Amino acid sequence: MGRKTRILLLIASLMLIVSYFVPVWKVLLDAPQYPEGLGLQIWLHTITGDNPNDLNKINNLNHYIGMKVIEPDAIAELKLMPYLIGLMILGGLLIAWRGGRRWLYLWVALFVLLGIAGMTDFYLWEYDYGHNLDMENAIIKVPGMNYQPPLLGSKKLLNFTAFSFPAVGGWMIIGAVLLGTAGACLEWKAARQPEVVEK
Amino acid sequence: MINVSLIKKRLGLILFAGAVIFALVIACSTPQQLGTATDDAAAKVYVAPGSYDEFYGFFSGGFSGQVTVYGLPSGRLFRVIPVFSQNPENGYGYTEESKQLMMTSHGFIPWDDAHHPELSQSDGVPDGRWLFINANNTPRIARIDLSTFETDNIIEIPNSGGNHASPFITPNSEYVVASTRFSLPIPQKDVPIAEYKQHFKGTISFIKPDVDGHMELAFQIMVPGYDYDLSHSGKGPSYGWSFFTCYNTEQANTLLEVNASRNDKDFIAAVNWKLAEQAIAEGNYTTMNTEFYRNYIDHDSRIAHSERKSEVRVLDPQKVPGLVYYLPTPKSPHGVDVDPSGEYIVAGGKLATVIPVHSFSKMIKAIETKQFEGEVDGIPILKYEAVMAGEVQNPGLGPLHTEFDGKGYAYTSAFISSEIVKWKLGTWEVVDRVPCYYSIGHLMIPGGDSKKPWGKYVVAMNKITKDRYLPTGPELAHSAQLFDISGDKMKLLLDFPTLGEPHYAQGIPAEILMKNSVKIYPLEKNQHPYAVKSEKEARVERQGKAVHIYMTTIRTHFVPDNIEGVKVGDKVYFHTTNLEQDWDTPHGLAVQGANTSEILIMPGDTKTLIWEPKKPGVFPFYCTDFCSALHQEMQGYIRVSPANSNIQISYNGR
Ligand SMILES: [Cu+2]
Repeated sequence: MGRKTRILLLIASLMLIVSYFVPVWKVLLDAPQYPEGLGLQIWLHTITGDNPNDLNKINNLNHYIGMKVIEPDAIAELKLMPYLIGLMILGGLLIAWRGGRRWLYLWVALFVLLGIAGMTDFYLWEYDYGHNLDMENAIIKVPGMNYQPPLLGSKKLLNFTAFSFPAVGGWMIIGAVLLGTAGACLEWKAARQPEVVEK
Repeated sequence: MINVSLIKKRLGLILFAGAVIFALVIACSTPQQLGTATDDAAAKVYVAPGSYDEFYGFFSGGFSGQVTVYGLPSGRLFRVIPVFSQNPENGYGYTEESKQLMMTSHGFIPWDDAHHPELSQSDGVPDGRWLFINANNTPRIARIDLSTFETDNIIEIPNSGGNHASPFITPNSEYVVASTRFSLPIPQKDVPIAEYKQHFKGTISFIKPDVDGHMELAFQIMVPGYDYDLSHSGKGPSYGWSFFTCYNTEQANTLLEVNASRNDKDFIAAVNWKLAEQAIAEGNYTTMNTEFYRNYIDHDSRIAHSERKSEVRVLDPQKVPGLVYYLPTPKSPHGVDVDPSGEYIVAGGKLATVIPVHSFSKMIKAIETKQFEGEVDGIPILKYEAVMAGEVQNPGLGPLHTEFDGKGYAYTSAFISSEIVKWKLGTWEVVDRVPCYYSIGHLMIPGGDSKKPWGKYVVAMNKITKDRYLPTGPELAHSAQLFDISGDKMKLLLDFPTLGEPHYAQGIPAEILMKNSVKIYPLEKNQHPYAVKSEKEARVERQGKAVHIYMTTIRTHFVPDNIEGVKVGDKVYFHTTNLEQDWDTPHGLAVQGANTSEILIMPGDTKTLIWEPKKPGVFPFYCTDFCSALHQEMQGYIRVSPANSNIQISYNGR
């Protein structure tokens, strides 16, 4: 494996380490009554408010429409994610150190699959919160209305406009995938070159 | 509104004479024409929707007992801070958490006359931490926390009557001062009033603003029985001294308007508080038995506590030479104002024809060379010529109070001639004057009594408004007038009505203060003994005839909202915790037939309303603050049974 590829993979692994310490995704809510902002930060291991009391405020607002209370401790994916990313880091570092073209392809493929699985899970989670409402106790009922936040981009939800986008940690993960893919491409090209001097 | 100069411009020469006659008629028939603002005034005071004012202005409420907060230059009223008067609007002075603030040696007093707001200072500059204000009638000083805009301390001043020269502050907030406008028999005793000269004394008090979160009376100085009127502390070279005007050196006890105006000169008392500290440290004082209350909001529970105190340390100027000197000052002086450099001490002799200015350095030299013209009770009287720096000639009639712009000019209010007079420090020449509508009392430049004035505006506080606003019957608003003082000439910009009677104000740049403003009380830090942190803990408990309701509010319901088992003769405590942690989400509580006010509960706070039902029935309670779309649904019922009924306490919890 080329020196370049190893460095790319090393950087990708370090970027993944960073994603432990910063939020991965943000869902921001905008309404005239909230000039100070309101939103959620999704971390690898938990969900917090964008400001200190935001989770509390959002849960209180959600009771009007019968939405379930967001309890970060009850979300299984948040328990799993740190380990999955941990495995990717470990694998990345190992491949950067020991080499192994095929291992690299596998790493990239797994990572892409993990990304797709993660986004699908996030979508389903949003779907569940947005659709499975407690209509018995909902105060505001709008026929045909669901409150699923957007996966990416913005969407109007009653008086709020919701924005959903990757945060620093998310960009780190996206960057890691791209670097890994770039490394794999380099290796792919190198493998197809007829017998150049390889160290 | 018709503007004379505009008319002149629009009409040609031929119409000029006619226009002048027309303008004169208008001017004579509508006197407010005289007080019209300059052409660009509207733009200078316009603060666009959503934008902020440059300054906070804190105005005393006088007989309202409160403080009002205005934005400057817009003149918009943001808040009334309740201080010495009960405030049914939010329950201040009615709730179990705040009542104790109003305890005094005369019992519970729900009102006072609040005159002089004073901002805390660091290094002689307002720092935005606290605002202090005096109670004139039953002598007290209150402290307002400017992170919450709430009164958190009220201390009573013993051995005092009419706490007027108060609560002026020293440059590093070491002390706020108090003194006797009305001298009294000290200690109080039953004596003939005619024996005033024999029995009546004055006191000057120094209060520490913050000892472990509380105000503390440090010491009092016993002084001759005059009327001590206003004060300011020295700064820079005069740091360590405080100055107090006094009138009625005649010691009259009746018809003071005549009898206290006989002397050609009264005094400014110069008090060396650094020397006072030294005398206290050396034990050169007596401990006097007295009675006064010190009340404060406990920081954790946010409940007011009262402490009765019974002793005060008293200094006698006869035993501490150099503690007090008298500076002769013409004609019943009112304000005493120290310029930003700390060298000049300006007096406002209400009946004087000049503004006398004393020099601090000359005062020190006069003390060193013993330029005395007499002595009263051990207090040397310095020679007027030996301390005087200059006199401002023709300063208007009835000069009261002076503030400074930090650019070498002083601005003095003249009550009788109803004007502000601008004059130059050092040359003592009058450089500008503007009329006020009508009868200006005090005036205020943001930071204008500090080391670093923000000399952009001066605000006049006027006592009389008459025809300035739409009529409202016999009782009219007082007014404030805002002048631009950034140029050579003062320019009237704005005129706005005020609440109560502002006697003085303080101003501070918004940027210093607004960043400290608290948005909510964190629920996890709420240490109120009857607080509940979640709806699950909400409950009702009977203890004999007391029923304690541990109630919660959150948009948009109370828990519990149905309560039964209360009986006639019970005392019901609605301990209400607002579980909200969102900015600007108070809830209120009112109960039918409560002999008290409603309560307003800020996010994360707990407040208690007492209700004593007098007859059986079912009574509603509800939220008084429009909190959400379903605010009208935020209600509950409490059932009251006859005194002899056997119905047990029950409620719907969570
Ligand atoms: Cu409410």
